Amino acid sequence: MNKNKVRMQNGITYGIVAGCWILVQIMDKTGHMTSLLRGILVPLCMYSILAISLNLTVGILGELSLGHAGFMCVGAFSGAFFTKCMENVLPNLQLRFFLAILIGAVVAGICGILIGIPVLRLKGDYLAIVTLAFGEIIKNLINVMYIGLDKGGFHFSIKDTMSLGMDETGVVIIKGAQGITGTPKASTFLIATVLLLITLFIVLNLIHSRTGRAIMSIRDNRIAAESIGINITKYKLMAFSISAALAGVAGVLYAHNLSTLAATPKNFGYNMSIMILVFVVLGGLGNIRGSMIAAVVLTLLPELLRGLNDYRMLIYAVVLIVMMLFNSSPKAIEMRSVLLERFRKKKDTAAKEAS
Amino acid sequence: MRKFVGFGLAAALVFSLTACGGGSSADPTTAAQAAGDDATTAADKGESEEAAPAADGEAFKIGVIGPLTGPAAAYGIAVQNGVDLAVKEINEAGGVNGAMLEMNSQDDEHDPEKSVNAYNTLKDWNMQMLVGAVTSKPCIAVAAESANDNLFQITPSGSAVECAAPDNVFRVCFADPAQGTASAKYIGENKLGTKIAIIYDSSTEYSSGIREAFVAEAANEGLEIVADEAFTADTNTDFSVQLDKAKEAGAELVFMPIYYQEASVILKQASDKEFAPVFFGVDGMDGILSVKNFDTALAEGVMLLTPFSSTEESSKAFTEAYVAAYGIEPNQFAADAYDAVYAIKAAAEQAGITPDMDASAICEAMKTAMTEITIDGLTGEKMTWDAAGETGKAPKAVKIVNGVYEMQ
Repeated sequence: MNKNKVRMQNGITYGIVAGCWILVQIMDKTGHMTSLLRGILVPLCMYSILAISLNLTVGILGELSLGHAGFMCVGAFSGAFFTKCMENVLPNLQLRFFLAILIGAVVAGICGILIGIPVLRLKGDYLAIVTLAFGEIIKNLINVMYIGLDKGGFHFSIKDTMSLGMDETGVVIIKGAQGITGTPKASTFLIATVLLLITLFIVLNLIHSRTGRAIMSIRDNRIAAESIGINITKYKLMAFSISAALAGVAGVLYAHNLSTLAATPKNFGYNMSIMILVFVVLGGLGNIRGSMIAAVVLTLLPELLRGLNDYRMLIYAVVLIVMMLFNSSPKAIEMRSVLLERFRKKKDTAAKEAS
Repeated sequence: MRKFVGFGLAAALVFSLTACGGGSSADPTTAAQAAGDDATTAADKGESEEAAPAADGEAFKIGVIGPLTGPAAAYGIAVQNGVDLAVKEINEAGGVNGAMLEMNSQDDEHDPEKSVNAYNTLKDWNMQMLVGAVTSKPCIAVAAESANDNLFQITPSGSAVECAAPDNVFRVCFADPAQGTASAKYIGENKLGTKIAIIYDSSTEYSSGIREAFVAEAANEGLEIVADEAFTADTNTDFSVQLDKAKEAGAELVFMPIYYQEASVILKQASDKEFAPVFFGVDGMDGILSVKNFDTALAEGVMLLTPFSSTEESSKAFTEAYVAAYGIEPNQFAADAYDAVYAIKAAAEQAGITPDMDASAICEAMKTAMTEITIDGLTGEKMTWDAAGETGKAPKAVKIVNGVYEMQ
């Protein structure tokens, strides 16, 4: 019975994504799409993937990570680097993009393991601070990196493009603070939706598997989990690196949605990490569907508020606080249940009166 | 666990609020302007579609994209004001080909992703021509979109090379390498010094782009670079290491391709160290005299290569009108934007376009017309454009004497 319930819940989550995709297709066909909406579809999927993947670390594993944007950054740069390098070798953009997604996921996942081995020994706020530092290190590393490609192969420098020492056929691929320019726009809504569904599939299946239960037991009571022979390090590392790999996928999507990619504090700094955390917390810790919806709402909101001009960001902050209170404060939860109760009673009495 | 998250979240909220507040207070001019905007100027600021006069749909729709909030807001707001002023003047004088201009500006928060959203919002508004984006990275992202739609775009201040790469994009300012090359040439020709130290911001493409071109050209001019010191956005409050190295190397001239906030700190620290070479900046240095709590005596003798100076004779009328309308001194971003609108006007008249044409047809006509026009703007006399979108104008060097710019 329980299994059926889980299946139904998961089905609803997949259904929402599929439903949204169909809705968008219908709107597109009937001419109800605005350019703004069309342009923001890929970012919506991307932020949803990020929120879902972070929820795996924060909600399911129960460790606070503030470096999620760092993994996204790793994925974005490795993916974009690949598509730029292989421009002449692999002219088929779709294939290149597909490989870039895999590469982004693998590289970010490896970073997750490398960071996870030392870092996951820490707990709570210590872990939060170290992951925060990781995100900043990645951003700054990429900002001083110069990589060029010529006949002789790759050239690497951390000074400037001149010290790469390339011959006349050389092209600079990563140009320090200027990042990668001219990545092809390969992200489409269809690909983004498929990736979102795959992410959901991985995470939901993981949660409801034996592994997932082991991970959650670490969150709920580490000592008890250890006492029944659960390998804490293994499961922690697993959840952490899967989460990192999925963030890498989101990064590749991001990189191929804009023609310019640079590691600025805005897109890969800790502001972004916190933003993703806000999605997760607003949607509910451990609630995958919730974090997805929160990501969509909070990404759309500032765009829909454009009409308010200068007050936009102020209103956005206020709305965020109100939503957070409504969703999580004990009083608000109480009030909601009272209202729900009253509504139900009314329905009951109405039904009785009718009969 | 929930406690941590609660804490983290509270921190996030506080941070995001301070980030907004800090953004505007970091730049005194923005804060002053935001506060100084009284009800009347706010009302006719022309921020939204209803503010500009639209004579029964017979108007060209001009979109503006720039950072109106956040740390780079000073630039975006200056551009918005510059466009607004030019649009109002043109409309009062009878418009372009008899049609009015209508403007709509959208915030991009200095973020490429947001700038594409802003672009799409403007497209929904049926924008026909675009002035923007203000900053380089967002401009590159928007240029890719506008090239795809074949929509005419002129950026007042997107200085990275790639900004004007598509053939539908033109720019008013110089490209970064052009400024670096011009600076090296100017220093070499005027024999301002042969031992050069460079202090630059390696975390911005603006600064590192100019530096690279400067270093490349310096070799041809017989300039010797004795110190080449970088800083990043995270370490822009203490420059004693960089200054010590420059001093030890015996630099006669310090080249600073950076923005004025950092430059003001450098000048202060250099004077504390009794290090007094020639300081040479580029257009980002424009605005140094308006930094709050900065002793302008320290900027005495500083030279900069800038396309615009508000004290110049030719920009007097503009400066007066700008101050009257917005309550602050215009900077070069405002001047670039003002010139951009006049360039659009000149090209539109040359091409003979009308508001009922679609954006793509306008773009085709404008592309040719832009290369045929010559305008006398605030940021240069006899400005022309080539098909690649670059402007041909001579940079002007100014020296700060007695707290004002003096043309060289």
